[in-house]
Amino acid sequence: MANMKWKSFNGIPLVVTLIWIAVFAASLHFMDKSVIAFLGILSSIVLVYYTNASKAIKMVIGAAVLLIVIPLVAGDNRYYMEVASQVGIYVAMALGLNIVVGFAGLLDLGYVAFFAAGAYAYAIFSTSQANEFIAGNLFPLNGEWFWPFLIVGLIVAAVFGVLLGLPVLRVKGDYLAIVTLGFGEIIRIIFNNLDKPINITNGPQGITPIPSPELFGLKMGTPFYFYFIVLFVIAFIVLANIRFEHSRLGRAWIAVREDELAAQSMGISLLNTKLAAFATGASFAGVVGVIFAAKQTFIDPTSFTLMESIGILVMVILGGSGSIPGVVLGAAFVTILQVQLLKEFSNFLHSLQQSGIINLPNQLDPSKFQRLVFGIMLILVALYRPNGLIPAKRKKNDLDAIKASKFGQAKLGILSKISQISSGKQS
Amino acid sequence: MLLNILPQVLVDGLTLGFMYAVVALGYTMVYGILEFINFAHGEIFMVGAFVGTEVLLITDALGALEGMNPFVALFMTLVIAMVLTGGLGVLIERVAYRPLRGAPRLVPLISAIGVSFLLQDLVRFTEALARNEFYLNTPTLFTSPISLGGIATIPAKGLVVIVLAIVMMVALTLFVNKTKWGIAMRAVAQDRNTASLMTINVDKVIMLTFLIGSSLGGATGVLFAQNYGTIDPYIGFILGLKAFTAAVLGGIGNLRGAMVGGVLLGLLESLSGAYMGPLTNGAFGAEYKDVFAFSILILVLLFKPEGLFGEAVKEKV
Repeated sequence: MANMKWKSFNGIPLVVTLIWIAVFAASLHFMDKSVIAFLGILSSIVLVYYTNASKAIKMVIGAAVLLIVIPLVAGDNRYYMEVASQVGIYVAMALGLNIVVGFAGLLDLGYVAFFAAGAYAYAIFSTSQANEFIAGNLFPLNGEWFWPFLIVGLIVAAVFGVLLGLPVLRVKGDYLAIVTLGFGEIIRIIFNNLDKPINITNGPQGITPIPSPELFGLKMGTPFYFYFIVLFVIAFIVLANIRFEHSRLGRAWIAVREDELAAQSMGISLLNTKLAAFATGASFAGVVGVIFAAKQTFIDPTSFTLMESIGILVMVILGGSGSIPGVVLGAAFVTILQVQLLKEFSNFLHSLQQSGIINLPNQLDPSKFQRLVFGIMLILVALYRPNGLIPAKRKKNDLDAIKASKFGQAKLGILSKISQISSGKQS
Repeated sequence: MLLNILPQVLVDGLTLGFMYAVVALGYTMVYGILEFINFAHGEIFMVGAFVGTEVLLITDALGALEGMNPFVALFMTLVIAMVLTGGLGVLIERVAYRPLRGAPRLVPLISAIGVSFLLQDLVRFTEALARNEFYLNTPTLFTSPISLGGIATIPAKGLVVIVLAIVMMVALTLFVNKTKWGIAMRAVAQDRNTASLMTINVDKVIMLTFLIGSSLGGATGVLFAQNYGTIDPYIGFILGLKAFTAAVLGGIGNLRGAMVGGVLLGLLESLSGAYMGPLTNGAFGAEYKDVFAFSILILVLLFKPEGLFGEAVKEKV
């Protein structure tokens, strides 16, 4: 029954979406720190996705909300922009992992290593850290270098991906999960200890001050600018995701995910295909790492623990692995849950405690519940929604439509004859 | 000078290795039957350590530990910890794994990762509520060191660990090889469908596997707490990972392989921890010993994926 209902449901009316956006935009403008208004405006993106309108209109509305409405009503509010750019960073990372886990079906538990590679690449060369092992006192570089380093981060992480992938990708399934987890830990331990014999990463002390991006002398250090930088990168990654999904390589990934043996016997090179997925996913993480380093102005190995990898995995699995809108939703949801809802909740409990209503030990602070929340989410998703909140759509070839199209004969080849015969028999 | 510490390093490595070996048995038993990495097994070990420590702390608080024979106290702790962790393992299997038995292979693994995180926080949570901190010090039952002919002193607790681990492994081997249930377990591991046709209750056998594997893991937790003195909710993760490495090293699904792999890994880790620093002039010290363990895992998977004792499996379409 529920399924029937869902089929007759063909989207939220456009008017409802527009009113929703207007109401929350207004309330965000008039209220200073209203979490609900902010969540409302972010969730309007989901609403837009389900709106009953043509693709072009949806794109225009979505872009307008992200590029005009949010910066306009919340742009001067540092807190909102901070949260929004943090959400954006995780959305971008989750989209990168989506290629590895969602498309190619390789469970990567060490994904954060590539993020670290990108972040360290920018951090080392943009501060005086690089002088420790490169002679000539050439560093630090100024913030203008941020832009070329987006590409450098991409390349460094992709090279890392290939180097790690070459040995790792020969194993499969759950072995791969463990091996990548091990590799992620190895990378973290190495970054943590590479202050001797040559000081490259400055060990546990971390690297600071990492310069903010600059464009023609304009310092872009506030969350407001990072919001736009992140949006730009997300747009790039989403576009890449969509283009990959329907490309020859993307179809090969899906074939490998569904059945390695069958894919191999169809002439797909397993190692190359998997390596491509690994390197692509890694390169996106590298780009995001550069932005992360510039935004935080300080990095140390504690930002790149296994928890981060698991967190990003939760985003992908919860949203729906392989589904681009799902992954965006999952990443936004988990990040907001972490950085905002849990924090708000613990602030609320603290205020209760201060007025003496309840007594809360420090350890039970909800903002420390990350593992518990992740754990419960992973179990529930695995049990009840293994395909995620917005499952990936399977592209089905509609034979009749192809037959009716102009290129039917050319596309179907010998199939067209067979289908003619079979349809002839039926009639 | 380097050779002077060798006996001590070997003894430490053996103690660690036997603990890896018993935890690895849990991984390998479940993998043999379900072809699934029970990611939460390391956390069951951790729960065992906490249960054991709590039992000792409570007995101590009641004033009963003073006069008690240390062996009696250890036996009591082990029994309680094994019963509880065994039950916990069965419960986890029932709630988080059994509904997913037909699902694609990654789904139960994700559920297992979830269980593992959940357990870590639940233990932290309970301890924080009960004791206001989650790093616990375990009362030591065996304090006197035993001298081995003057070349090394072996702490009595280390000897207890090794002896008990050997007892558990021998008992498990006898159980699997000689009893009716053990034969049923091997049958299910070989072919689940055929076993069920032979009137073997597959669900019960799987439950039994989790019961035994988890209680062995829990018992090792108690031994770990005895040996190292301090525990926290995160000890299970890295130890579980290394025990899994040991299982892979010996050939996953193979009991003998898990035991040998565990001891071998413990020795290698102890040796690398002690000698890597001096041999590389301090460039790479003991902080890289985890890197060493994981590198072994990766090398084994690359060059001998079936492990030392495993059989290579041909994949069928």
